[in-house]
Amino acid sequence: MKHDLILRVVAKLLIPFILLFGLYVQFHGDFGPGGGFQAGVILAAAVIFYALIFGLADARNVVPEPLVESMMAIGVLVYAGVGVAGLLLGGNYLDYFVLGRDPIAGQHRGIFWVEVGVAITVSGVMLKVFYMFAGRGKVDQ
Amino acid sequence: MSGAAFLTSLGGHVTYFITIFLMIAGLFIVIARGNLIKKLVGLSIFQTSVYLLYIAPGKLVGGTAPILSEAFTVYSNPLPHVLILTAIVVGVATLALGLALVVRIREAYGCIEEDDILNLDAEPEDSTQQQ
Amino acid sequence: MAATVVVLARNRNLFAVIVLSGAYSFLMATVLMAMDAVDVSMTEASVGAGISTVLFLSALFLCDSEEARPLHRPWMPLAVAVAVVGLLVYGTWGLPEFSDPNAPIHKHVAPRYLNEMKNEVDVPNVVTAVLASYRGYDTLGEVTVVFTAGAGVLALLRRRRKDRR
Repeated sequence: MKHDLILRVVAKLLIPFILLFGLYVQFHGDFGPGGGFQAGVILAAAVIFYALIFGLADARNVVPEPLVESMMAIGVLVYAGVGVAGLLLGGNYLDYFVLGRDPIAGQHRGIFWVEVGVAITVSGVMLKVFYMFAGRGKVDQ
Repeated sequence: MSGAAFLTSLGGHVTYFITIFLMIAGLFIVIARGNLIKKLVGLSIFQTSVYLLYIAPGKLVGGTAPILSEAFTVYSNPLPHVLILTAIVVGVATLALGLALVVRIREAYGCIEEDDILNLDAEPEDSTQQQ
Repeated sequence: MAATVVVLARNRNLFAVIVLSGAYSFLMATVLMAMDAVDVSMTEASVGAGISTVLFLSALFLCDSEEARPLHRPWMPLAVAVAVVGLLVYGTWGLPEFSDPNAPIHKHVAPRYLNEMKNEVDVPNVVTAVLASYRGYDTLGEVTVVFTAGAGVLALLRRRRKDRR
């Protein structure tokens, strides 16, 4: 599909906007519909779109496999880390109100980091599953 | 029960009827079709009908989406939304695992029809099975 | 939606079945939007119609088959389906009607979340606040489930057949 002009041009125009929209959904999840899950899926969809048009090898150059595999685990670690931070600062596990100057600021900070962790894990897993399915050769009978 | 009360009760439960139809259609595809990929499609239809089952009772006519703002006072119930958000993501995770299993089955048996796989399993161990 | 599902059940071309399931996911997303579930609708549209369709198509490419003609007429599954429909209609008859403000679902925890949100969390999107703050443990479990599914797929499809041939 790399040689089809229309697809290439449309993909080059659309992919930056898809990535920007994914980031918008992530950070405005507090004020409108959105949040970590939707943002992670949209970001993964942008990279999958790139892989469909320009080929799997190019996509693997842009987002290499070790990065994707570590993204899967880092998201869970960030989430658990927020909980441990709550423990270290004096509250229970996953308490947010001890994380800031006053309880409301602490809640904002905790929710922000938790959503970031969720988005990283979800986008990493979706991308990794796509890489595994697309990279596997067919077995002829 | 009088006729009018029965009809209003029927109208009030119409979302449940839609949910039940979708649920049964998904279940029918799972048990009556032999192709493994089609079974997984039927399973995902079943899951989406369960989402509708949870979210429909939470809606209040005249209310709005549960995002707090000055202009609205009546909100639809946010609790089912939270549960179903989790359910959707878990559903796609299990779908990915199921499809990975189907790919491996195809490589081991050579086909993904349920009847053919059972026939291949019933034969004595010989060279028709690939590793 | 009902028409989509019936056509999907009868069709034997797997590519058409997968495209129809993507269309069905979009229709479900619009129905969820009509039910005021905006977050859920966005997730269902992106996950159900986007990622699911891509995964199905790549699995179909790796398996490439068409569904075989069924050998038996499906009388037994149809009978089971009709029986289950009867049971479910009987069971849901007693449930609250659509948009009933006195239903138990609106009485216990939901009013507390909606009213106390300003004092405790102060995030306008109630669904995000409940998901991340009030029910944070559930979300931790869900992230772990997603990670485990990714690890499972990695374990199942690890050996690249392409290199071995």
